[in-house]
Amino acid sequence: MSINLEHISKSYGKIEALKDISFKVHPGELFGLIGPDGAGKTTLFRILTTLLIADEGKANVTGFDVVKDYKNIRKSVGYMPGKFSLYQDLTVEENLTFFATIFGTTIEENYELIKEIYVQIEPFKKRRAGKLSGGMKQKLALCCALIHKPKVLFLDEPTTGVDPVSRKEFWEMLKRLQQKGITILVSTPYMDEAALCDRIALIQGGEILEIDTPINIVKHYPKAIYNIGSKDMYELLQKLKGFENTYTMYPFGEFVHYTDKRDDFNPNELQQYLEENGLKEITIEKTKATIEDTFMELAK
Amino acid sequence: MMQENNVIQVKELTKKFGDFTAVDAITFDVKKGEIFGFLGANGAGKTTAMKMLIGISNPTSGEANVAGFNVFTNAEDVKKNIGYMSQKFALYDDLSVKENITFFGGIYGLSRKKIKEKSNALIKELGLEKIANHLVGSLPLGWKQKIAFSVALLHEPKIVFLDEPTGGVDPITRRQFWEMIYKASHEGTTIFVTTHYMDEAEYCDRVSIMVNGKIEALDTPKKLKEQFNAKSMNDVFLKLARG
Repeated sequence: MSINLEHISKSYGKIEALKDISFKVHPGELFGLIGPDGAGKTTLFRILTTLLIADEGKANVTGFDVVKDYKNIRKSVGYMPGKFSLYQDLTVEENLTFFATIFGTTIEENYELIKEIYVQIEPFKKRRAGKLSGGMKQKLALCCALIHKPKVLFLDEPTTGVDPVSRKEFWEMLKRLQQKGITILVSTPYMDEAALCDRIALIQGGEILEIDTPINIVKHYPKAIYNIGSKDMYELLQKLKGFENTYTMYPFGEFVHYTDKRDDFNPNELQQYLEENGLKEITIEKTKATIEDTFMELAK
Repeated sequence: MMQENNVIQVKELTKKFGDFTAVDAITFDVKKGEIFGFLGANGAGKTTAMKMLIGISNPTSGEANVAGFNVFTNAEDVKKNIGYMSQKFALYDDLSVKENITFFGGIYGLSRKKIKEKSNALIKELGLEKIANHLVGSLPLGWKQKIAFSVALLHEPKIVFLDEPTGGVDPITRRQFWEMIYKASHEGTTIFVTTHYMDEAEYCDRVSIMVNGKIEALDTPKKLKEQFNAKSMNDVFLKLARG
């Protein structure tokens, strides 16, 4: 196993950040931790990268125990924290040289691994890291985390606050790193990114809600979901809230995802109810559950 | 002259930093009660444009009227008549929920009596009775953001500017947040919002997309999808945002 956690718990005073977490990540796997701010993702990363000691439980990374063999883990993993943690006063090139030197290597030795990413920031190699744009900082941080050719890469919310185009490019980059044999544990609050992982753990409030492949997680959704559209979204939400058989109703883009309390739901009946309540241009169509639907159902 | 229904009116608004044109002659209007989505890739110029609209950065050229005031000549009046919250700054972590409400109410010049009324109403509406005296720093992000939005509306501004208000917020709270936006809009408040969640772009009445300092597209989500022959706003964004 690349990563193995058994019954890990961690509290900060009265706050239980992680409650009895167990899972495994296989070598070469792209594994996603999907959950909102405050779910415990960063605490988990800090434990696995040996920066924080768990209150209970055991964890191994690349076969080494996170407490006893922390030095070996530090040599063989790369970590990109959620908060930009490079030296703002050093240039792009200096930061990269610094991290290479610390790990007893050189930029040239592992250039192949970072080349594709580094060429995008190379034109700015004399610029101080603090003066880079958000997207460039992210690329530099990834280069620094990769420069010693780690076996496992830990990425804590690398795409938070990043626009959809840059997010897409970042994930394409991760896929290519995975093909080079690097195991990747990545966290994100964006549910649409979950579909790009081999397996995901849905996490909230320090607990794992479910672990599986994205396809299976969606399959486990227990109800039939309907897309409901109308001209006035606000009125639609109000009226659905007032409908006695509504089980869940969540805005999803231009539609509301609706589930009914009953198993023998008849869309015509809902259509009639909405029409009687003055809504216009109503559409009701069956749709498929997404990971976000599943997450909300489990997190309720 | 400003048209009665337009609470934001922007004409050829430009901001240069040295040789670099961050905002390049943007022109658009926002109507009363509208939910206006202001999208763009990182570095496209959104934040710079927003700073000019909320009166904290002077335009290099062009004109902008917000809530009836010129952002260049009457920046202080603009500030009094708008609400603002962002993901990075919303409330003071070291103050309690109540203290934050009192503080911001005071900043916006509400009377003590009014602050008390508003504070009680807000606490009741959000169901915060039990945590009203807790420090904001101890609350989950989603709660903070909902409280911050309500606080931004305390002085009943005509417009509220929301800069990535839901980043990192859990999916259920994110949707509750949007219900609050709908409600405010329904009551006549104009919402000017940036987001990186493209499903949220679909919730807007109209959406503009900025690319390299310019507004490259502006319409209802439905029309933008038709125009770019795209299935979703995400696709529209991907087609446009790299220029």
